[in-house]
Amino acid sequence: MYEQIAFYLFSVLIIGLFLVTVLTKNVLYSMTSLAAGMVLIAGIFFTLGADFLGVVQLIVYVGAIMALYAFAMMFFDVTKDVKENNTNGSLIFLLGGLTALMFVIIMSAPIMSENIQALYPPMAGVTNPQAVGMVLFTKYLVPFEVAAVMLLVAMIAGIILAGKKMDQSLTTEDDVIVEIDILEEDEK
Amino acid sequence: MEIAVLPEVTSAGVIIKAIIILAIISAVAGFGTYLERKVLAFMQRRLGPMHVGPFGLLQIAADGIKLFTKEDIVPQNANKLIFQIAPSITAATAFIALAAVPVFPDFTIPEWIPLLGGVFVPSIAADINVGVLFILGMMAAGLYGPLLAGMAQANKWGIIGSARTAIQFLSYEVVTGLSILAPIMLVGSLSLVDFNEYQTGGFASWMVWQQPVAFILFLIAGFAETNRTPFDLLENEAEVISGYATEYSGMRWGMFFIGEYANMITVSVIAAVMFMGGYNDLGFIAGWLIVILKIAFIFFLMLWVRASWPHIRPDQLMWLCWKVLMPIAVINIVITGFVMMV
Repeated sequence: MYEQIAFYLFSVLIIGLFLVTVLTKNVLYSMTSLAAGMVLIAGIFFTLGADFLGVVQLIVYVGAIMALYAFAMMFFDVTKDVKENNTNGSLIFLLGGLTALMFVIIMSAPIMSENIQALYPPMAGVTNPQAVGMVLFTKYLVPFEVAAVMLLVAMIAGIILAGKKMDQSLTTEDDVIVEIDILEEDEK
Repeated sequence: MEIAVLPEVTSAGVIIKAIIILAIISAVAGFGTYLERKVLAFMQRRLGPMHVGPFGLLQIAADGIKLFTKEDIVPQNANKLIFQIAPSITAATAFIALAAVPVFPDFTIPEWIPLLGGVFVPSIAADINVGVLFILGMMAAGLYGPLLAGMAQANKWGIIGSARTAIQFLSYEVVTGLSILAPIMLVGSLSLVDFNEYQTGGFASWMVWQQPVAFILFLIAGFAETNRTPFDLLENEAEVISGYATEYSGMRWGMFFIGEYANMITVSVIAAVMFMGGYNDLGFIAGWLIVILKIAFIFFLMLWVRASWPHIRPDQLMWLCWKVLMPIAVINIVITGFVMMV
C-alpha cells in the first residue's frame, strides 16, 4: 500500500516538475524543477528496492545540474524571463508527435512486460552494490569499459580545449598591470 | 560473536525516532552557536556572550526570539518563490541526511507509558545498506540551498556567493568520494553499521590507524562540505558582504544556520563512526558515551580550526582539491588495493 502511494506521489511530482522544466520561461524555475525531478527519480529507485542506484542517481545528478547552474549564471540574468523565439512549427509538430508515440508505448508497456523474463535475476544473499558490481563486471564489462574510455577521451579533449594558458594566472597578471598603471599615474 | 535479536522496527518507532532527531538536533544546533561563540571567545582571550543569563547561557533563547520576530523581507526584483524555499532546502536536506545516521542508541519505551508503551525505537531511522553514500548525497543536495538563494535574490553579492557555492561543490565532492573509498574497500560495505562492526577490537582496530591519509582527506573535505572556516567562501563577510545570505533576515536566515550546524553534526558522526571506532565500548567507557565524546571532539576541532586559521581564496580551494588532495586520494586507493590483494 505504502509503495503504491509512494509511487503515485513520486510519479505525479516528477511529471509535473519536468513539465515546468519544459514550459517555463524562467531559467531558474526550469533548472530548479529539473534538479528536483532528478532527485525524486531517486525516490522511485528507493521504492523499487534499488538503494544503490537511487543513491547514485542522487549524487550524479546533483553534481551535474550544479554545473548546469554555473553555466546559467554566466549566460542569463536569472531573475528575468527569457524571450523565446519559436518560429519552427514543424519542429513542434514533430516533438508533439514523438511525445504522443511515447505515451502510447508507455501505456502499452505493462501488457508487453508480462512476457519478459529477467535474464539475470537478482541473486539471493548479495547486497545491492554487490549485485550491480557482479552484472557490471561480467555481462556488461565491454560497454562499461567503452564508457570509461569515452569519458577519458572527453576529459582529455576538454583539457586540451581549455588548458592552453593554464600555467598563467589571469588574476595575478591583471593585478600587476593595474598596479603598474596606478604607479605610473602617481609618477605623473 | 553473539548476535542480539532486536525487536521489530515498527513505523511508530521510526516516526518517534524522526521526531527525536528533529527536536534534539535542532536544539543542539542552536546550542552549537552558543558553544561556537564561547569556544572562539576563550581562544581569543575574550569573554563571549555574558549578559543574558548565567554565563550568557540564555543567549540562545534571546537569539531565537530575535530570529522568530524579525520582519521577513523579500527584496524587490527577487524571484520570490525560489527565494522563499531556498532556506528550507538547506535545513530539510541536513535532517534527511541524519535519517541514515546512527545518532542515539536504540531503546524500548517502557510499558507504563500510555499509547506508546513497548514501542521499539531504532538507533537509525532509515537503516538502508548504502548509508554512507546516501548521507553524502543528501549533504551534497543541501548545497542547492545557498546556490538558489544567491541566484534568486537579484543581488551581486548573492550571485558571487552562489558561484562560489558551485565551485566549492565541484571541488570537494571528488575528494570526499575518493577519500572514503579506501575505507569502504577495506570494510567491503557501505553500511555504517558494518563500519562499526569492523572496529570492535578496541583502540588499536580504529580505522584511523589503517587509513590515516583517508581520515585527513575526509576531514578537509568535510570542512569544505559544511562550509567551515578555512573554506567559508560562500559567506565570507570581508569579501562578499554575506554572500548567498545577504538579503535574508529573520527565520529564513536562521534556517541556513540550523542546516549548517546539523551538517557539522552529521560530518562529526560519520568521522566518529567510520574512522574512530564508532559506538563500540572502549575499555570501561560505555559505547553511547564514547561516541558522544568523539562527536563532540570533532565538533570542537571544527571550532578550533576556525580560531586558528585564516580562510583561503576560491582559486586556492580549487587548486588544493584538484591538484593536491585528489591525487593523494587516488594514490591512497591504489596502495590500499595493492595491500589488499597481496
